[in-house]
Amino acid sequence: MKKEEIPQDLGALGKITGEVVYAVDESGKYGTALSNGWEVKSSALDVAWKDVQERIEVARQKVNKKEASPILFFMEYRVMDIPIVAAYTGFWKWQVKKHLKYSVFEKLSKSKLEKYAALFEVSVEELKIMKTHEA
Amino acid sequence: MKLDFKHTQAAHCENGVTTSLLRHHGVNQITEPLAFGIGSGLFFIYIPFMKINNGPAIAFRTQPGLIFKRTCKALGIEVERKKFRSKQEAERILIECLTAGQPVGCQVGVYYLTYFPKEYRFHFNAHNLIVFGKEEDNYLVSDPVMEMATSLSSYELERVRFAKGAFAPKGQLYYPKKKREVTDEQVKKAIKTGIKRNARLMLGIPGPIAGINGIRFTAKKIRQWRDKLGPQKAGSYLAQLVRMQEEIGTGGGGFRFIYGAFLQEAYAYIPMDELIDISKHFTRSGDVWRSAAVQAAGIYKGRIGSQADFNVMSDYLYTAAEIEKEAFLTLSKIKWPV
Repeated sequence: MKKEEIPQDLGALGKITGEVVYAVDESGKYGTALSNGWEVKSSALDVAWKDVQERIEVARQKVNKKEASPILFFMEYRVMDIPIVAAYTGFWKWQVKKHLKYSVFEKLSKSKLEKYAALFEVSVEELKIMKTHEA
Repeated sequence: MKLDFKHTQAAHCENGVTTSLLRHHGVNQITEPLAFGIGSGLFFIYIPFMKINNGPAIAFRTQPGLIFKRTCKALGIEVERKKFRSKQEAERILIECLTAGQPVGCQVGVYYLTYFPKEYRFHFNAHNLIVFGKEEDNYLVSDPVMEMATSLSSYELERVRFAKGAFAPKGQLYYPKKKREVTDEQVKKAIKTGIKRNARLMLGIPGPIAGINGIRFTAKKIRQWRDKLGPQKAGSYLAQLVRMQEEIGTGGGGFRFIYGAFLQEAYAYIPMDELIDISKHFTRSGDVWRSAAVQAAGIYKGRIGSQADFNVMSDYLYTAAEIEKEAFLTLSKIKWPV
């Protein structure tokens, strides 16, 4: 990459900090410069978040149809997976997997629900109705 | 308390932490490219049976932690590294280090890293930063990917130090044990070791998924993605590849440009024309990776998407593999004067 080819397409990170990139000058010598972002990679990031949004929506519909518990919804909402949820809550992975079933979720004890609510940063009531705080 | 510590920005977090901590310890020669090259940082791996954020697990660099470890070892610098079960103990030791005047490298997760933009906050646990002081409840933080030094409250720092999931940091902290100077002779030797090891790994690591073989393997898989995964998922996979290649930390072109810079800096210590010449190979390879990223973007943005377009994408990777194979073969055959 030549110095004059360094992209400056303002991205989410570029608003907070420039990123160091390495590029060569006319004589072929390497140096560093700051880039504000590159459209190619910010659109890659957009794809990743669009996928997340889709998974959240699918989860929401599953919960509405009682095919899955709200834990699935919040797991997707927090960009987590079963091993991450298990690691944070202290449950075993097989337990979390079971708790993703609507019928099992309905019978969960208050203390178990509180663990999930704490992880997802909502109240137990909000957990049950899939209410989130952030936009 | 605020230690006399100079924040320096780097492309990659681990290179940056390594460079800053070593400089703090009197190793004035070290730069980001030198740390990366001496630590044999350049790599490629695609782990097909593993998923990260529902996409392919691809890395353009060596395993987290190795650059710091190898670079310090090659320069004869002892390292202290600690993991913790208890959060209280983790903070106690951190404060103990700071009180003793020692800035500390910490491994952290980025999901709860408050100063990062939301778009960048996935559950990625192998980020690195330096803590260099505490003022009231705030820890002073030098995050190498940021232009300026920043801070985290004690709760925020504890949270990222004890992030959970793959590569869970477990409060891990590390720092070079003693202040000491390093001779140019040592740097020369370390450069040579770093290059030889990097060539050995890229050319000779067993199995089809890593090194040069890994790039070819990925090229082959990309040809199959469109039919196997369907256009949308194949696009998401390509987007993930581009993120691993270009996102914060790689310096562009999946670390290939940093490696090119490293070979030029190596020349200053060991003036052999091959180093300058092969540096150009890595510039070319990085440029090929960038062209591949542009092609990929055409696909995941839906502008193009035929099988022929996937084949073009795949061919870029075959080309990069060819260039890098040549480059590392030449490097591995260098007759070192030292």
